This record gives sequence, C-alpha cells and structure tokens, in this order.
Amino acid sequence: MTMRTALFLAIVVFSGTGGEICATHAMKQIGEVKSFAPRVVLAALGRAFRLGWMWLGIGLMALSFYSFLALLSWNPVSFVIPATALSYAVGALGAKFLLGERINGVRWIGVLLVCFGVALAWAG
Amino acid sequence: MPATKSLRRKTNFLIVLMVAFSSLGDILLSKGMKQVGSVSVASPASLGMAFLHTVTNGLVWLGIGSFLVFFVCYMLVLSWADYSYVMPASAVGYAVVPFLGYIVLGEVVTSTRWAGVAFICLGVMLVGRTSPRTTEPG
Repeated sequence: MTMRTALFLAIVVFSGTGGEICATHAMKQIGEVKSFAPRVVLAALGRAFRLGWMWLGIGLMALSFYSFLALLSWNPVSFVIPATALSYAVGALGAKFLLGERINGVRWIGVLLVCFGVALAWAG
Repeated sequence: MPATKSLRRKTNFLIVLMVAFSSLGDILLSKGMKQVGSVSVASPASLGMAFLHTVTNGLVWLGIGSFLVFFVCYMLVLSWADYSYVMPASAVGYAVVPFLGYIVLGEVVTSTRWAGVAFICLGVMLVGRTSPRTTEPG
C-alpha cells in the first residue's frame, strides 16, 4: 500500500465517521421526526441545516466522499471496500464516547462481525 | 429503554430505503468514475481537471441523486435512532449485492465472499436484536 493510499484511507475512515457523528448530533438536537409527510421532512431538514454541527458534518462527509472517489480511481473496489470497513468499529467507538450511546456486548459483537464480514465479502 | 414496535418498524423501514438507494448510488458512481478515469493529484491543475470531469459526468450526477435520497433517509432515522444501530444495520447492502449477483445474474460467488455475507447477516441480526435507541429523545 502506497503512502498516498494509506493517507486517503485514513481520511475516508476518520472524516467519514466524524462527519456522520456531527450530523447525528445535529439531528438529535432537532428531535424525533414523527411524520414522513414531505412538508414535515423538509421543515425538519431546514431546522437541521441551521445548526453548525450539520454543516461541519457535511463538510467532513464531503471530504470523505471525494477521497473515496479518488481511492476508487486508483484501486480496485475489492481493495477499497474491505479497507474502509474499519469505519464500523471507529463509528461505534465515536457513538459511545462522543454521543453517549449505550453499546452492550451484543451490539459490539454485531458491529465487529459486520466489520469482518464486509472486509471478507469484498476481499473474496 | 425498551424499543416500541413502531419505533423498530419505522427504523428498519428507513434502513431498507437507505440500503436500496445507497446500492444504486454505488453502482452509478462506480460506472461514472470508470468513465472519468484515474484521478491524478500531481498538481492542482490536474486535480482541478479531474474534478471538472467528475462534475460533468451524467452517471455521477444520477449517483449523487440516489445518495441524496439515501442522505435524507439517513438523517431522518438518526433523529431518533442510535448511530451505532443504524450504521452497522445498513451494511446489509454489502450482503445483498453478492446475493443478487448470484440469483439474478448467475454470477460465480466465491466461498470467501459467501462467508463474508454470512458474517454480515449474523452481525446485522445481532445489532437488530438491540434497542434502536439508547439515549434520551432530544
């Protein structure tokens, strides 16, 4: 693995999960969206987009997304997807320590199995 | 905090939509980026040209449209559900693609890939047994 690929992989994993955690924080601040009516959905998104956390999240996710596209242009998808599967474990750690979610043993085992499964399915 | 049936039902419904639109977006973007070709970061000019080729590709835009729908579903579900529940559960898409490839297209799927699919399904099943929300509603 080249330095360039390693750097972009780190950006995809950390900036992607960091962005999703910021967006989750913003959505939790606006509260549960109880209806899927377009007017309600748009109003909820409108409130979320007035929060700095949402914009920070989108910025980080955009950085991760473009890095992901760049990685796909240099490497086969069978390498890129398994390598970025680490995001599931990093995301769960972020959810526990930054969002205060209570992750029990069953969920941890599930997250690790998904992580391993994604890597295996695409490496094979 | 025990999850109500309706909370679990609407969480899982949005996760299914997320998986469908994200898989579609992946396929469209992958085809679009193959048309764009290898991205060079040798100079700001070559990076700029790669960016220009990317944003003028139709398939990339269709892929981005699919990801927008995915994003709206994702944000909605995160307004009540745990990130640590939604994120691994949505990985079921990685299991669906090889399965559809085998059933619909008759593709050869290696035993390693089947093992990966089995691990993903088992992991998603375990995550699905936990409560979708462990924090107080905002």
